[in-house]
Amino acid sequence: MDFAWMAWTWPTAAFFGTIFLMLVGMAIWEWRVPGGSPRVGILRFETTRGDRLFISLLGSAFINLAWLGLVGPQLWWSLALSVVYAICVFRFV
Amino acid sequence: MDKTWNNNAWFLVLPVLVLVAFSAIIPLMTVVNYSVQDTFGNNEFFWAGLDWFEDTLHSERFWAALWRNLLFSAIILAIQIPLGIFIALNMPKRGWGVPVCLVLMALPLLIPWNVVGTIWQVFGRVDIGLLGRTLAAMGIDYNYVQDPLDAWITVVVMDVWHWTSLVVLLCYAGLASIPDAYYQAARIDGASRWSVFRFIQLPKMQRVLLIAVLLRFMDSFMIYTEPFVVTGGGPGNETTFLSIDLVKMAIGQFDVGPAAAMSLIYFLIVLLLSWVFYTVMTNYGQGDER
Amino acid sequence: MTDPDMTAGMVTPGAATIAQPRQAAALNRTRSSVRLGWLVPTLYIIFLLLPIYWLINMSFKTNQEITGAFTLWPRDFTLRNYTVIFTDPSWYSGYINSIIYVVMNTVISLLVALPAAYAFSRYRFVGDKHLFFWLLTNRMAPPAVFALPFFQLYSAFGLIDTHLAVALAHCLFNVPLAVWILEGFMSGVPKEVDETAYIDGYSFPLFFVRIFMPLIASGIGVAAFFCFMFSWVELLLARTLTTTDAKPISAIMTRTVSASGLDWGVLAAAGVLTIIPGALVIYFVRNYIAKGFALGRV
Repeated sequence: MDFAWMAWTWPTAAFFGTIFLMLVGMAIWEWRVPGGSPRVGILRFETTRGDRLFISLLGSAFINLAWLGLVGPQLWWSLALSVVYAICVFRFV
Repeated sequence: MDKTWNNNAWFLVLPVLVLVAFSAIIPLMTVVNYSVQDTFGNNEFFWAGLDWFEDTLHSERFWAALWRNLLFSAIILAIQIPLGIFIALNMPKRGWGVPVCLVLMALPLLIPWNVVGTIWQVFGRVDIGLLGRTLAAMGIDYNYVQDPLDAWITVVVMDVWHWTSLVVLLCYAGLASIPDAYYQAARIDGASRWSVFRFIQLPKMQRVLLIAVLLRFMDSFMIYTEPFVVTGGGPGNETTFLSIDLVKMAIGQFDVGPAAAMSLIYFLIVLLLSWVFYTVMTNYGQGDER
Repeated sequence: MTDPDMTAGMVTPGAATIAQPRQAAALNRTRSSVRLGWLVPTLYIIFLLLPIYWLINMSFKTNQEITGAFTLWPRDFTLRNYTVIFTDPSWYSGYINSIIYVVMNTVISLLVALPAAYAFSRYRFVGDKHLFFWLLTNRMAPPAVFALPFFQLYSAFGLIDTHLAVALAHCLFNVPLAVWILEGFMSGVPKEVDETAYIDGYSFPLFFVRIFMPLIASGIGVAAFFCFMFSWVELLLARTLTTTDAKPISAIMTRTVSASGLDWGVLAAAGVLTIIPGALVIYFVRNYIAKGFALGRV
């Protein structure tokens, strides 16, 4: 079977690898500390760890897009911003 | 209902997971791969970095299509939701009228989308269509092929024709679940028609209305076939919605890279909006369940 | 809105015996407006049926009459347009193709969705809510996003222009929908049913097929109806994945319009024929359709 049409590149493979590792990490976390530590944060509805990861990832995608659109193609700063944002999400949401 | 914790339930979900992974995850990964590369066919790809994303974000064509699509979805919701509620409130509740109404109203939902387009294309034509002819006879200058406003009106009316029944059926299902005792209590209290609607019917419909808003928004946000058949995205680009633009780019011009970048941005917007709707639905709609 | 007729209409005969005097008064008071209630659905249905009528009308006309004269009903009644479709294999094979992949899709969707919906309605497991949401995003995702990689994907597996390719592609949005609907119906079945069956010594597969599936038969019917419906009406993916052997009728319609110099009569007849299967299946599920659209959750 030929998968050349999928056109894999190292950066995209690394991207999906990271996401996959995050999911594995979440599963292990869940196995060690079951229940997902639900709580009601600043968004005023109950979120679990998984929800917070999703909000972080989705928000980061938009942060990077906004940076790309408004500032330029150097995404290191926006990546750093995304990490800060993700920490805030895991802390407060 | 109390559910038991059992991780073996994963095995029951596995077939779905495999199937949807095959038809969703592999294609999505491919789109991501395409979005950072350029190709001239033959599976030869060249690294393009984030150029396509930058191009898309700076492309007037993309923003125009996005705003057009958002405006379209907003108009659709503003018309279909109130109209659907109004019709559902006036539906017969018993007798032979109920199945007749349900079957006839559901009819447009079961028509292939391009046939819906064809129906309205024919119906609106000035030379052979009932609507076009009638409007022309009344002295109204109507031509959906050349006039942008007429094209918009045609596409909106077509969507109202096609999908309002969905809202009606949902609201009807919500109304049918209200026990008669509620109405009797309201009558004893001498409640007005408006307060019956406001305090009995609307709360009971809240949940189905959220489903209606979710489905109607998402489906109008990805509308493709019907306007494509009727107007082809024209006149000019006046009715080119996001999906139409995307298909034009990906399959018409074979601009794989830019199309993939646009797909991803489009997909992220859809993901964000459906997450917002879904969260609202599960957190605020739950209180009225049963 | 001053129309109280529906409150009066909601009263069931059983309830009327409880509060009779009050209700009689209410009925008297509202009788005058009862007469206007039917007007709204009637006008709406007329609005729905007019364009369909026009299509049917055209399908029985000759092309000269369609383009030449403006007639509200066929003066020169002809079955020629339907004859063209039923005698030309390139036309009627489109119907057969559509029906084959729609049925395949419905069967596949239900087979995989049934156990999954049971899991979602009865158990909690790691990542269940996220999985459910992820399934839903596939229902919400625009098919246009997937059209391009789908072609490459199914080419790689040698499935292009087969019915299976279209059936699998339509699973993208039909499986989540089927899971969603079935989960709603299953949650309406009390859990005690399962527990009693297990105590009686039923194994899971036996319990599921013998006891549980009959209980949610209407839900399965509705889910099948929705799979049928969305697979039947979809064009973009079906057209992208087929070339000749599995081409759906809707795609054949678009092609013929551009090629044969607008044969309006045949186009209209083909359109009318695509409406018929839908009309037939609605009739069978008419009593459940509203509940189905509410995803079994009302």
